[in-house]
Parts: sequence; C-alpha cells; structure tokens
Amino acid sequence: MICYKGRSQVIRLTGELLGRRCWFVSSSVGKIGIFVSTPGSCSNPQVRKQQGSTMPFGNTHNQMKLKFSSEQEYPDLSQHNNHMAKILTPPMYERLRSKQTPSGFTLDDVIQTGVDNPGHPFIMTVGCVAGDEETYEVFKELLDPVIEDRHGGYKPSDKHKTDLNAGNLKGGDDLDPNYVLSSRVRTGRSVRGFCLPPHCSRGERRAVEKLSVEALAALSGDLKGKYYALKNMTDAEQQQLIDDHFLFDKPVSPLLLASGMARDWPDARGIWHNDNKTFLVWVNEEDHLRVISMQKGGNMKEVFNRFCTGLTKIENLFKERGHAFMWNEHLGYVLTCPSNLGTGLRAGVHVKLPKMSKHPKFEDILKKLRLQKRGTGGVDTAAVGGVFDISNADRLGFSEVELVQMVVDGIKLLVDMEKRLEKGQSIDDIMPSQK
Amino acid sequence: MPFGNTHNNFKLNYKVEEEFPDLSKHNNHMAKVLTKEIYGKLRDRQTPSGYTLDDVIQTGVDNPGHPFIMTVGCVAGDEESYEVFKELLDPVISDRHGGYKPTDKHKTDLNFENLKGGDDLDPNYVLSSRVRTGRSIKGLTLPPHNSRGERRLIEKLSVEALTSLDGEFKGKYYPLKSMTDAEQEQLIADHFLFDKPVSPLLTCAGMARDWPDARGIWHNDNKTFLVWVNEEDHLRVISMQQGGNMREVFRRFCVGLQKIEEIFKKHNHGFMWNEHLGYILTCPSNLGTGLRGGVHVKLPKLSTHAKFEEILTRLRLQKRGTGGVDTASVGGVFDISNADRLGSSEVEQVQLVVDGVKLMVEMEKKLEKGEAIDSMIPAQK
Repeated sequence: MICYKGRSQVIRLTGELLGRRCWFVSSSVGKIGIFVSTPGSCSNPQVRKQQGSTMPFGNTHNQMKLKFSSEQEYPDLSQHNNHMAKILTPPMYERLRSKQTPSGFTLDDVIQTGVDNPGHPFIMTVGCVAGDEETYEVFKELLDPVIEDRHGGYKPSDKHKTDLNAGNLKGGDDLDPNYVLSSRVRTGRSVRGFCLPPHCSRGERRAVEKLSVEALAALSGDLKGKYYALKNMTDAEQQQLIDDHFLFDKPVSPLLLASGMARDWPDARGIWHNDNKTFLVWVNEEDHLRVISMQKGGNMKEVFNRFCTGLTKIENLFKERGHAFMWNEHLGYVLTCPSNLGTGLRAGVHVKLPKMSKHPKFEDILKKLRLQKRGTGGVDTAAVGGVFDISNADRLGFSEVELVQMVVDGIKLLVDMEKRLEKGQSIDDIMPSQK
Repeated sequence: MPFGNTHNNFKLNYKVEEEFPDLSKHNNHMAKVLTKEIYGKLRDRQTPSGYTLDDVIQTGVDNPGHPFIMTVGCVAGDEESYEVFKELLDPVISDRHGGYKPTDKHKTDLNFENLKGGDDLDPNYVLSSRVRTGRSIKGLTLPPHNSRGERRLIEKLSVEALTSLDGEFKGKYYPLKSMTDAEQEQLIADHFLFDKPVSPLLTCAGMARDWPDARGIWHNDNKTFLVWVNEEDHLRVISMQQGGNMREVFRRFCVGLQKIEEIFKKHNHGFMWNEHLGYILTCPSNLGTGLRGGVHVKLPKLSTHAKFEEILTRLRLQKRGTGGVDTASVGGVFDISNADRLGSSEVEQVQLVVDGVKLMVEMEKKLEKGEAIDSMIPAQK
C-alpha cells in the first residue's frame, strides 16, 4: 500500500517496487531518487552503484526537455476536444512537467495519446493514461479533475465501494431471450508492483503473463481452462477463437497506439478461457488482465455469479503468490485508462430494440437509466439490424452490484417498452426518472 | 553524476534474458545483428539526451519484416546514437551499405559541375526527374525522440533560413497545422504534400508524435525546390521537375542545399556530419549522402524482360512504384533511383542514375524494335 507520510514540499512515500520495499524522495523540482534498501538482484555493477547513490537520480530525457521553457513545450491543444485538453492549462503543465513516477513515467507520457488524438467524432475521449499505480498520485493535479469530469463529479475526497457479492443482485435471471441475445460482464485488473501497458517493459509484461498463467492454471471445476499465447497460436486455434468471439487483435485504434500499448506485439499477450467458453481472460491487452464472463441469452444473474466467483478466485490465487491487485479506497481498482477506474466494470447485453432505438426519447431514456449504447462490434461501432450493445455508463462511485443492477433493471424496462411499441401502445407512463 | 535514466534503470532490475526481445520471426537488419550479448552490453547505456537501446530497436521489434524489402529495424534518436550504440549500428551499417567498415571514410561532393551529361535523357520516356536528401540540425535530437520544444525550434530555424532565400529559390512556408483547404488541395495537386505517416515502420519509432505540430512544407515560387520540415528527418530537401534534365535538377539541388547550409551555419547551427558517416540522419539507411536521385521512366518492355532485376542490380539502381517506396508501378512507369547512400558521393550517385537510365531507355527502344539487348547488358558497377 502506498501511503503519504508528510505534507511538506519533500514527499516521502513508502512502497513496493517489484516486491522489494523501498522508499523514494520526490521534490517539486522533480529530483526523484530510488533507494533500494535490499541489495539489488541485478548483476550489473553500474546499476548497483546508481541504486546506492544519492540524488539527483533523474530522468535524462525529461531533464533535457526542461531546458526549453514551458511555453515552448506546452502542446497545441487548440483543435482538441478530450478531457485532458480541457483540463491541462499552461501553468499546470509547468508545475507537473518536471515530475516523474518511481518508474520514470512523465507528464508528457501521460498526455501523449491526448495530444496525438484531438478528438473523437462520437465520444469524449479521456486523452491521458497511467503508466503505473503512482501516476494517479504524482499527476493528481491533472488526473483528479479529469476523473471528476469523466465520472460525474467524483471528488478527490470521495470513497469508492467495492461489492463483488453476486448474491446482492436482485433478479437478473429472467431477461427475455427473444430480445436479449447475450449477456456479458467485463472488468480489468492490474497487478501491483508492475508498470501498466503504456509503459511496461518486455521483462515486466512477461512477468505479468507468467503470474497470470500460473494463477489461471490453478482454476478448477467449471472454471478449468487453457491459455493460448498469441505468439504461438496455431491457425486452427486462432480460427476457433475468432468464431467464439474471444480473440483480441493488435490494437489499431490510434487512441491506444499513441499511448504505446502495442509495443512488442504479440510478445507476452494471450487469451485464457475455460472449457465451457463462458469465462475468459485477456492478458496484456489494454490492461494487465481483462476478465470477461459471458453467455448467450438473458441470464445476467448467472453471468454475474460466475464473474464474481471467478474474479475472487483469481485474486486469491494472485495473493497466494504474493501479488495483490492495484486497489485503493478512493479510486477502487486502478487501471490504465482513467475511464475504467473504480469497478472497471462494463456489464451489457446485446438486445433487439428496433422500435425503441428509433423513438425520439431513446437517448434520453438511456441517460436516465445511466446506460450507454454501442454497436454490436463494441466501442466505436454501429448497430446492426436494430441490435444494440447496452451497458452501464458508470464505472467509479458505484459498486459492481449497483452497476449490474442498473443494467438488469434498465434492460427489463427497455424490453417492456419495445413490446409496448410493437403493440402500438404508448410508453409515456413508464418513462423512468433519473437514476 | 550519475545522472540516470529512471525508466531504463528500472528495467535493469530484469535480467537480459527477460528483457531481450523475441526476434525469432523477424527479418530486418537489427534482428540479424542483435544478440543477447550485444543487448546485455548496450542496455544500460544512454545518449546524453537519454536515448536508450530499447528506443533504438523498438521499431524493429514491432515490425518483424517487410514483404518486399529488408528493413533496417532501428533508428537514431540523436547524433550520439551512432556512437553510443556502435556495437549494434556498425554491423547494421555494414550489412546495409555493402560492407562499409567502421574505419571507412565517406566522400561528400556537392559540386554539380562534376556531373557529366544528364541534360539529355529522352523526355518521351523520362517523365520527371528528382533528387532528394535529408539534413539534421546539429545539437537537436532527431524525430523519433525530440520534444515539442525542440521540434518547434527546428521549424523556427528552418523557416528563418528558407525565407531568406531569393532569386530562383524565393518561396513560401506552409505549416501543416494552419494550412487552408485551398492550399492543401494545391499542394496535393503539385505532388508536394506529405501526410501524417501511416507506415508502422515510422509510427512505431515515434516520429508521428504531436502531429501536425511544427511540421510544414516550404517550396519556391517556381515549384521546383521543396523542403519538408520535421517529417522523417529535420529537413528533407527536394529538387524536381518534369522531363529528363537531371543535370538541371541536380544543379538546383546542390546550389539550394549549400545556400541553406550557409544560412544555418551563420546562425551557429551546422548540419550533423562526420567524415565516417557523412550526413547523419534518422534512419541508418540514409547515412552518407542521404541522396535518392531518381526518375519516373516508361519501361514497359524492359520491365518485363527476364534480366530486368539483374540489370538494375548491376547498375546499382533500384525500382519503386510511382507512389514511392512500397508502391507498385502503374502503366509500365517506374521510379528508378540509386540504391547506394554511403560510401560514394552525391555526384557519383547521380552519375550512376544518369548513365543507368540512359542505357535502360536505349534498351527499351531496342526492345520496341524487336531487337535483342544481350550485348548491352552492363558489367557490375
């Protein structure tokens, strides 16, 4: 656990790097040193010397950039429309540009994707990413307002509630399968002590893969499964995974590429799934782990049960091996993209709503239900044949149970509305209030 | 000091085996040269600006191979990259540039009068002629690595230098970020406009960061001399015109380049150059002259001749489609240019193009008449 011990200009943090206790000192002019209290395992004498030396222990490239004035380095955000661009002022840039996290992630690293991608036609993108757990602390001056904007006014002092007790979900096992074609819940998890996908090295990524494969291999019963590493997948395996809608491909979205997440592809990336093909884990895609529970039809309760059970088992297996997930009581589960903080949970269905989707109040209803629509190809795709992907809009500030409840209740209502419209009846009397 | 590179030092906590990239499916110069031993030796180094081995090789790790050409698979982030990482880059350079040794000296010759002929390539066949090179401004880091502040300084210095040119070189600068639609249309129609790189070879090396900030195009009023600012190199300088008068193209090239260099020197900014590697550019393939002199030439018969490739190899020329690198030829029209960059001078390389294209056009004419060309097949140059 990272904790603050002082409020002076020199901030002392205690933490874990790669499972070794160490402390480092950060000052506002960005001279950060890492003191490793136990002897390093690296055999390179030059490294040992640096690890044992005192300040400054800087980030060469970032220090070099400081020779240019803040105005000279400040990005041109005049054409931009993303959360980062709305928040990052020149004075803020100046205050943060000399900082770095213990692993060397800098402000320019955080914002590069938002600089390179001015705006998205349909959605307000976040425009910044974390390179490690400490990013959210070191660059809080930028990220707190981004988080607040993105997550409905979530304040730096707010606490996030985690609830993975599937028994707390009411109903959800009776969504009409004539309309609800499939149900899915996904989240992400980051392994504490490692850098995140925009920043991690090959060695780190491989360590994350190794840990994940070991943990997943210990699952049993209906969760027993197999890991398919991307780099040595056979053509037959690949085709099957595509047919099952399981395979993830090298990112093509410039939002992801510009943040460095596709480096070294396909090294240490892979897909694990259970024999039943209802529980799936992506390793080293946009987050260390993406955990997915899914099945055909409308039994979201069962999907969520499996999700919670599986996730909890995986977390315990990691803990047994000395690795926790990144979590804190303010931000919940810590993930690469600030939009996925909190639960990191997207619970959704593919649902046929041809009439509803053409109703003038459709968007408004979705908003009131705290839901969002996507095409059936996922984010940034269009709906096909009146079938929509409807899921929770929130991630942070609500628990997992609360979010899935919103989906279950909201879909039930939307399907009822669709049936009414089919019969030519009005839906005005069942309009929801703002949840 | 130690004045370290935090991220790189962090990675040193992992063993060489853990960090060494998987190059088993790779086919590029870097992958052929980089062993675990070399990786282990170089990975804790950095250039003065903080460029590391992983930075040098990232593009080659991300791009295993190209279907048609052997890519280089590594880039420089600054002038010092070629020194700090010489254990990797010297063998890459040797492989890429025909056995060029670490002790070899490179000759620079931008005296256009040393070119023989070149003003009489048959315009019925040679549709256009072009010479391009790159230049890097000493003291600033290169496109894979430079910050916005540096890139903007490069733009500022370049625009100041270019706007002071006069006579046949008088022209105007068009920054990418504030180009009007009309200007953009015109630049496309003139075949001048460069776009944001889409090739993963370039994007993986980080050259497209902050696009289109501080990128732009300058050209003279006559539209025969053109400079790209902050694309794949600090400056790309291009001289071109319709028809086959390569001599005139080369004259303008040399005169313009030298004028630009003088202005930069006056402001205490030389170009990166040394007597071993010649002009220092981002990609090791462009070291030396950085020069590609070429023509668009109609060779429908010759290009289908069984010995076409061999003739090109012997003439030290290479073919590309008319869209440039990685494109296909259209209608029997090929882009033919010098294959070499390092180890021969500008004059020598353009001479090879002039002589080689002249020969190939004569071969084409023979083939048109149904005559054999066997007696004309050249010896290896």
